[in-house]
Amino acid sequence: MPGNQPEQKPERPLENKPTVKPAASQPPTKPAVKPSDVIVNEKVEVVQKEEKPVADKISIGELHLSGCTGCLVTLADNYEGLFKLLDDYADLVYALTLVDVRHVPAMDVCLVEGSCCLDDKLSVEELKEARAKSKVLVAYGACAAYGNITRFCRGGQWNQPGQEAFVPISEVVDVDLYLPSCPPCPQAVRNVAVMAYLLLRGNDEQKNLATAYLTPLMQLAQRGDTACGCDLMYDVINQGLCMGCGTCAGTCPVRAVTMEYGRPNVNRDLCIKCGACYAQCPRSWFNFDVMNNYEGIMDAIKGAMQ
Amino acid sequence: MDVLGNYKSVISARSTDRDILKKSQDGGIITTLFAYALEEGIIDGAIVAGQSDEPWRPQPVVATTKAELLAAAGTRYTISPNLYLIKEATRSYGLDRVGIVGTPCQMQATRKAQVYPIGMRDVDDKIALALGIFCMENLSYQALEAMVEDHCNQKMESVKKMDIGKGKFTVYTERGAVSQMPLKLIHKYVQPGCHVCLDYVANLADISSGSVGSPDGWSTVFVRSTKGNTVWDGAIAAGYFETKPIGEVKPGLDLVKKLATEKITKNQKNVDARKTIGLKADGTPKGLRNPYESP
Ligand SMILES: Cc1cc2nc3c(=O)[nH]c(=O)nc-3n(C[C@H](O)[C@H](O)[C@H](O)COP(=O)(O)OP(=O)(O)OC[C@H]3O[C@@H](n4cnc5c(N)ncnc54)[C@H](O)[C@@H]3O)c2cc1C
Ligand code: SF4
Ligand code: SF4
Ligand code: SF4
Repeated sequence: MPGNQPEQKPERPLENKPTVKPAASQPPTKPAVKPSDVIVNEKVEVVQKEEKPVADKISIGELHLSGCTGCLVTLADNYEGLFKLLDDYADLVYALTLVDVRHVPAMDVCLVEGSCCLDDKLSVEELKEARAKSKVLVAYGACAAYGNITRFCRGGQWNQPGQEAFVPISEVVDVDLYLPSCPPCPQAVRNVAVMAYLLLRGNDEQKNLATAYLTPLMQLAQRGDTACGCDLMYDVINQGLCMGCGTCAGTCPVRAVTMEYGRPNVNRDLCIKCGACYAQCPRSWFNFDVMNNYEGIMDAIKGAMQ
Repeated sequence: MDVLGNYKSVISARSTDRDILKKSQDGGIITTLFAYALEEGIIDGAIVAGQSDEPWRPQPVVATTKAELLAAAGTRYTISPNLYLIKEATRSYGLDRVGIVGTPCQMQATRKAQVYPIGMRDVDDKIALALGIFCMENLSYQALEAMVEDHCNQKMESVKKMDIGKGKFTVYTERGAVSQMPLKLIHKYVQPGCHVCLDYVANLADISSGSVGSPDGWSTVFVRSTKGNTVWDGAIAAGYFETKPIGEVKPGLDLVKKLATEKITKNQKNVDARKTIGLKADGTPKGLRNPYESP
């Protein structure tokens, strides 16, 4: 890689890969990745009272910061899949409108929607609290991961004209996993939920599978907190890696990417900085250990949802 | 994984449909399978490399009839970004069961879209048949133009068929002229992204096919997934193909394996060379991004 990378992109040490610690290599009591600088705040898990308690479910919550609620709706867009998730795999312990819990509880997986408004003290506090109380903190959706449309905020908007500083959540807390796109896909959050369950509750084989599956999404969280269609130029084409499959153009939620003579062409004025194109590109990452087993994985997820 | 990927069976085959064989590149496997799948309701349409406004420049299209499949049959040795339409096919085109054809890298992209559907909402379970075509390398349109017009001295619009085989790139014109150039001369035109490609026979397709290994006009077919197996068995039972055991045809599977090994070995070296291409201040090597390790 040429030495002069764009300024805003943190140097990614290539020899020294971001150490994504697979859960399997951690003590069984604390299986998920937890950055070392986080205050360990282990709480006895509150077993939710419900008709059909399934003891070994994991707990998932959604912290809503400066997002449009599209990410939360995406979770619900799994329709009966959401019920299946909640019946068998996860308790939803915290979420705007869906769960009547006012205060950030302890949870296994916290999905954070929206960027963090630095001018809103409560947002900063709740984000830190969520970090401290969750085992896996996910930047759920493009605003949390990359800022997305909130990157364009310059203040003065109705009805909080004084709020203008919005940052991706990783500028305030350590983030374990990224799930980009605006909105994210229902199937993507479903897969991550199932994999998180396998990671935290599965047998060794399932833990290994879940670790392998989640690793690139964890590496994405280490890669940086800026995204743009330009990433296709910088990190794919300029790197001599593009082969013209068209995935990026097919992925972009705002149709900012077209294919011109076998290469993506990004209309930068349309790009909302969601990071979907790069994450979906088979040349951003392609992990053969997982992908060669695509049939088994898809069957397993399908089976889990039946 | 073996260089030939996982597969349930491999066979030499040719379509029994004369109309298809007139237009197809090799044994008409891809067009015939899609035609069968459309007929049986296994797919509602297929993303194929259709015609654009320039000669021999493909453009992805959603074909929903046999006529549209025929119009897109045959190989174009330049990029057709078929994944461009994969979400669109389920949306604007309203397909619930999508077929897609593509090179090995495009099959990888298809599977990543299913396993990691980051921005591919409601696509994963709608991919009903993913057909792969073998691929050694691909070219930009401008590179193909240079080969046809400069090296082979033919006009793009007068070319009837292009083919790669037996160490040569060959163009056949409408008027019957045949021009050739040695394959080793096209190396400099190969798109850079192909130099790190570690798949020759579309290991992640449901069914993949190419000419290599089988006699002229026939194709080598790998039946890979459970879904692919069901479709293949159905098409055979319905008489869509004539087949020969791969062990009985020349040059046979050994050649496929040889070429696959050559490609993957060469490209693995390229991938490795990228890791040490540069120099750090402390004297240790500086590497480029490696998509097989991390994003
Ligand atoms: C760039 C390239 C390199 C290839 N290299 C080899 C090789 O080294 N060895 C080998 O055995 N075979 C190779 N093939 C495959 C071979 O040329 C035939 O496409 C394959 O055998 C299928 O022939 P068929 O008669 O079964 O398919 P047909 O019935 O002719 O159908 C071919 C299908 O492929 C689609 N298609 C055509 N061009 C493209 C494209 N550029 N991208 C995506 N889809 C396309 C068409 O729309 C059509 O649906 C290559 C193909 C391409 C595109
Ligand atoms: S998805 Fe990646 S490899 Fe495919 S065309 Fe876009 S940039 Fe190129
Ligand atoms: S080009 Fe499209 S997909 Fe890529 S970051 Fe911009 S808006 Fe997102
Ligand atoms: S050589 Fe590989 S990367 Fe290049 S077009 Fe063929 S399958 Fe794609």
